[in-house]
Amino acid sequence: MTGKTLAEKILSRKSNTDAYAGDYVEAAIDVGFTHDVTGPLTFDVFEEVTGGDGELFDPGRTAITIDHHAPADGVQAANNHNRVREFAAEYGAVQYAVGDGICHQVLVEDGFAGPGDLVIGADSHTTTFGGLGAFGTGVGSTDLGTALATGELWFRVPETLRFEVEGDLPDGVYAKDLILRFIGDVGFDGCTYMAAEYAGSAVTDLPVHERLVLANMAIEMGGKAGIVPPDQRTVDYLEAQTGERVDLDPDLASDPDAAYYDVHRYDAAAFSPQVSKPSNPENAVDVDEVVGTEIDQFFVGTCTNGRYEDIRVVADIMEGETLAPGTRMVVVPASADVYDRMLQGGELKTFVDAGAIVQAAGCGPCFGTHQGALGDGDVALATANRNFPGREGSMDSEVYLSSPATVGASALYGEITDPRTVETPRYDDVVLEEVAA
Amino acid sequence: MTGATNITEPGRAWVFGDDIDTDQIAPSRFLVSSDPEELAEAAFHDHRPEFHEEVVDGDFVVGGENFGSGSSREHAPLALVGAGVDGVVAVSFARIFFRNAINLGLPVLISPEARRIDDGDEIALRLEEGTIVNHTTGETYDAEALPPFLQELVDRGGLKPYTKAKLAGDL
Repeated sequence: MTGKTLAEKILSRKSNTDAYAGDYVEAAIDVGFTHDVTGPLTFDVFEEVTGGDGELFDPGRTAITIDHHAPADGVQAANNHNRVREFAAEYGAVQYAVGDGICHQVLVEDGFAGPGDLVIGADSHTTTFGGLGAFGTGVGSTDLGTALATGELWFRVPETLRFEVEGDLPDGVYAKDLILRFIGDVGFDGCTYMAAEYAGSAVTDLPVHERLVLANMAIEMGGKAGIVPPDQRTVDYLEAQTGERVDLDPDLASDPDAAYYDVHRYDAAAFSPQVSKPSNPENAVDVDEVVGTEIDQFFVGTCTNGRYEDIRVVADIMEGETLAPGTRMVVVPASADVYDRMLQGGELKTFVDAGAIVQAAGCGPCFGTHQGALGDGDVALATANRNFPGREGSMDSEVYLSSPATVGASALYGEITDPRTVETPRYDDVVLEEVAA
Repeated sequence: MTGATNITEPGRAWVFGDDIDTDQIAPSRFLVSSDPEELAEAAFHDHRPEFHEEVVDGDFVVGGENFGSGSSREHAPLALVGAGVDGVVAVSFARIFFRNAINLGLPVLISPEARRIDDGDEIALRLEEGTIVNHTTGETYDAEALPPFLQELVDRGGLKPYTKAKLAGDL
């Protein structure tokens, strides 16, 4: 029998079967979570299948965040928040408050998942957990509601599409540039139903916060999961976050003779900063093709690039400078912890002094309904993961996607600017000293 | 929609292009509700505003490649259910949308020949034999059959009845 990919191994373990791509399995989940938008529908399904007197498969591993309309932007959203609170209280789920942050960030910070875990969330960017070597996948509310009742869900074991990047990344090039290029190369549906696996020395050298970026955007090429094989760096990150010992399982890697759907190989040194043009993430081009594009609104945040290290890069570029006249900048930290560190590290003051708006942790303008929606004709540059028509507001607005460094450099001039024209720092993981309560 | 017959009545085809994402199917500002009747107004509200005004029970949505890409929001297929749509045909589907539609009992058929359907054509779905009949042109198109595992789930009435049976120890 041939070897297995990491995705095949995790789904085999969780289903107690010898599974390969194409097989259908019922697998035990380690974590299930939802939020204020997909939550109410999930709760309805859970209560319907359990007859109203059921129990969560594991309340301590069921989490609910309030991050999409945070704080509430209207009465209906506020009512949904109340539904979250009532459900969590009744069934004992872990419930995060308004302002605590985005599901994919707070659950990583709090050590909900680690290498080899099977994580499902009623949000498509659940692929993020693959940055820790977990199999994370987004599901709908019916899938999640039933899985919270049984602790299991059916999966088609995916083929794996492998991206190998060897060498050292040039200055000004980050994980975001890699993933935008990958999506551009395979297309918006080039990884549909598959797991994306990221490997090679350039990926192994990435700190965990950047690996999370690669995993997060696997869904933007249709991926079911995006996985960076776990290593000592993963273990160090989790141990620092949680204060608990983590063992590295050497078998949590793809076998040398594993069968891949395809392998894409890259030379790290050949990468340039990337920008995805409107209105699809697959429209990735080298930054020099769009340099000079005038921007109305800059947005730093989201589950892709709203971590402290991202925000610090932007703040470093903008320190002592002023936002280009006639433009606006919205900064939304991915979690309350990120916000706190911005306060301690001085980045908050840098942004306020530069004329930017800093908002409470959450999904913010990426959800397109509040906290900085775009009007007709507006053009935005965002660290987000999506730029669909109308994504951040008006159907007549446009969104470009890039790394935080490209947003920072561009904010100084009011137009898309090559980040290599300014000093672009790289940061290792800045980990929590203590776990958030 | 639950217990949909295997041969639908003919209905109007609303034809869309490639990469129709969930933001276009159900814009985010409508996602404060989970009620299909309320969500019906969301259906393609900004992308094709006449849809939610003119769609009638028994109509069909026809997409190109990668229909339903983007968010996991089940509100997208639920909005189509609420609008009375009897099925979705596409050249290919994004993974989560396809799964959500099946879970809701909204028939979905994958057919490379979906591109032969014009906006406004009268079509009907023959779910069991996996074909689409175009009453306007007289053509019949082949569609992919569901994998046996999924067909079994559909035959059991979907994921919710399946889960209820499992919890009751009947599986």
